[in-house]
Amino acid sequence: MGATIATFRSPGGIHPAYHKDLAAEQAIREMPLPSALIVSMSQHLGKPAIPTVKKGDSVLRGQVIGSPAGFISAAVHAPTSGTVKLVAATPTASGPRADAITIDPDGEDTWIDGITPCPDWRQLEKADIVNRIAAGGISGMGGAGFPTHVKVSPPPETLIDTLILNGAECEPYLTADYRLMLEHAAQIWEGALIIARALDAHTIRVAIEDNKPAAIAAMQAAIPAEAGDAAVVALKTEYPQGAEKQQIFAVTGRTVPAGGLPLSVGVVVENVGTTLAVWDAVVNGRPLTERVTTVTGGSIVQPANVRARLGTTYADLVAFCGGTTGPVAKIISGGPMMGFAQADTSVATTKTTSGLLLLGPDAVHAYESQPCVSCGRCVGVCPMNLMPNELSQFLEAEDYEAAEAYNVMDCMECGCCAFECPAHRPLVQHMRRGKAQVMLNRRKQ
Amino acid sequence: MSDLTIVSSSPHAHSGTSVQRIMLDVIVAMLPALAAAIYFFGWDAVRLVSACVLACVAAEAVARKWMGRDLGVYDLSAVITGMLLAFNLPPSLPTWMAVVGSVFAIVIAKQLFGGIGYNPFNPALAGRVMLLISFPVFMTSWSQWVIPAPIGIDAVTTATPLGLVKTAVLSGGALPFTFNSSTALQLFLGNQNGCIGEVSAAALLLGGLYLLWRRCISWHIPGAYLGTVAIFSGILWLLNPEQNLSPLFHVLAGGLMLGALFMATDMVTSPVTKRGMLVFGAGCGVLTMLIRKWGGYPEGVSFAIILMNAITPLINRATRPRVFGGVKSGKKTS
Repeated sequence: MGATIATFRSPGGIHPAYHKDLAAEQAIREMPLPSALIVSMSQHLGKPAIPTVKKGDSVLRGQVIGSPAGFISAAVHAPTSGTVKLVAATPTASGPRADAITIDPDGEDTWIDGITPCPDWRQLEKADIVNRIAAGGISGMGGAGFPTHVKVSPPPETLIDTLILNGAECEPYLTADYRLMLEHAAQIWEGALIIARALDAHTIRVAIEDNKPAAIAAMQAAIPAEAGDAAVVALKTEYPQGAEKQQIFAVTGRTVPAGGLPLSVGVVVENVGTTLAVWDAVVNGRPLTERVTTVTGGSIVQPANVRARLGTTYADLVAFCGGTTGPVAKIISGGPMMGFAQADTSVATTKTTSGLLLLGPDAVHAYESQPCVSCGRCVGVCPMNLMPNELSQFLEAEDYEAAEAYNVMDCMECGCCAFECPAHRPLVQHMRRGKAQVMLNRRKQ
Repeated sequence: MSDLTIVSSSPHAHSGTSVQRIMLDVIVAMLPALAAAIYFFGWDAVRLVSACVLACVAAEAVARKWMGRDLGVYDLSAVITGMLLAFNLPPSLPTWMAVVGSVFAIVIAKQLFGGIGYNPFNPALAGRVMLLISFPVFMTSWSQWVIPAPIGIDAVTTATPLGLVKTAVLSGGALPFTFNSSTALQLFLGNQNGCIGEVSAAALLLGGLYLLWRRCISWHIPGAYLGTVAIFSGILWLLNPEQNLSPLFHVLAGGLMLGALFMATDMVTSPVTKRGMLVFGAGCGVLTMLIRKWGGYPEGVSFAIILMNAITPLINRATRPRVFGGVKSGKKTS
């Protein structure tokens, strides 16, 4: 039981420089409470939560300060005890403003009453597990941040047989999930058992790229006896093996229909960090108030994997990691392939902040977009089998109908095309603009 | 942290490749064939390559200035066009004709269509075909070439091997020479009559391997092209060995190796999908053999590739990959 399955390969993909050595050997460091926490109500895709506190209120750690706005939404909890200093629209890492609650920590870090551990979760009904996950305000911590309680309560007629734990961490530089797997393998496995129970899934696979042998070994050694059909799958190291549909194909051989969800092929994918948060919420009763973020890049004095409260500003994270080594040319929230460039370090972490990357001028290049030379490299590396060359030319000509016919909406913005483009065309930027415009046009109809 | 940072769309990493870098690789890959050209044709090779490269670069600079575009010669593509055109010229061609072909290639076939990336036809081939139609006598006048015969009698000819075959077959005669391993070796090394850059299959293959190693080309187009020619000529040879030479002769003779490795693989004018590349290469192979066997010209590589260039957009459309998890392309997925 639990043998490593041979490596797999999904269509497309690239091999960027990984730069994981900067932070991979740094054990997770706890960051002390900063002087202020700015907790955004926009923690995931979909509608932001609605603030439930106002300026001057006292809050305790774990207290709900933002209530879910609809079904595809998760609650937001106070990351520590203190006083609400401000509730105001604040820019998020991806750009648009959303309400954010600024908390002045009192230094006591007092948990709210009513935190009820449940080590005996095996006795819980499925619905109770889902409720504890929802009460924990958990949303995906790897990518887009889909609310986890929604993911683990599929429609009753849907049969889920496989749970995949995503430990691929294919983004260069990032090592937070790697450290979690090394340091919390047992808890992650218990979280997996909890989710599998909620889903009635009998098969659990942990998918890890084969450039992380230590994580593969750690997760392998920690496979619980009660797990049944459970195994660690070594994936061929290739970006984007962490992309949901590509990973499902690599691990199970199943193809999620374009525009469809993983549950249509009986699979749910959860990031390993999310799974650890599920464990904490269900077993310890603690809502999600902190996460591990890799603070790294050539401009960081001491690259580290930092466990920080949600709402910690990027400036505080950088200061905790010893500051910067010199001029900073680019600040990226997330990894270099899909992360968001920041104008400054005033933005604060959310449940999806997997990394903070500071690059110096030597690691940043500005390019001028040139005409497409039809080399076809983008077509060869697109994991969705799109034709980014054609799409970008349709979009330059503002022909949104042609772009839609060429499946622009299936683009997941992984960046493989732009990474490979010798003409330095901003292909992902074209796709983003095109997708937004197609959505707008659809709504008008 | 008061520095101004760059805010741009993801990805924030790049493979480091560039159009200029690819062009430089192609130039490097043509150096063995250039050396072979100089070895076999001496001063004429130097004269033609210099004239074409200088004329192409100058034409590109002047055309772009007149059209109010940025000076685009830094991408080195005009250098490649010049070298490729020169490779496709017979050694005795007057310099002024080479210059006319170069200006046509750059100004008419490339810049008038919008410059690099927008030209439907390979500019060097367009230049060659223009010269071939305009100056047919000059474009088919060859230097003296010695046919290495198996029994020690060397014959001096002023035609290309393909030209000899064409003349003999059209007049109803037998094949003009025996093709054996010794002749094959001469053809492979480049000891044959022809355009200055096309004669040495060995030098061209060396460059082709470099392009494959540098990932500037994939095997699909040259593989399908050479394979189709080999199969097509193989069938003819098996049916009637008296009238047809072996597949090895067809692969080594004429401009096939130059065309398959350096001109059919021109990224701008060839398909972007792998399946499309196979179709494109196979189409080039069929057309080349049709012209060689039944056409009016002894050699068909240039026309074959130009014709396939014309349907490259159609091939791209027909071989569009199916979106991951999607139904057959072209239909709505929702």
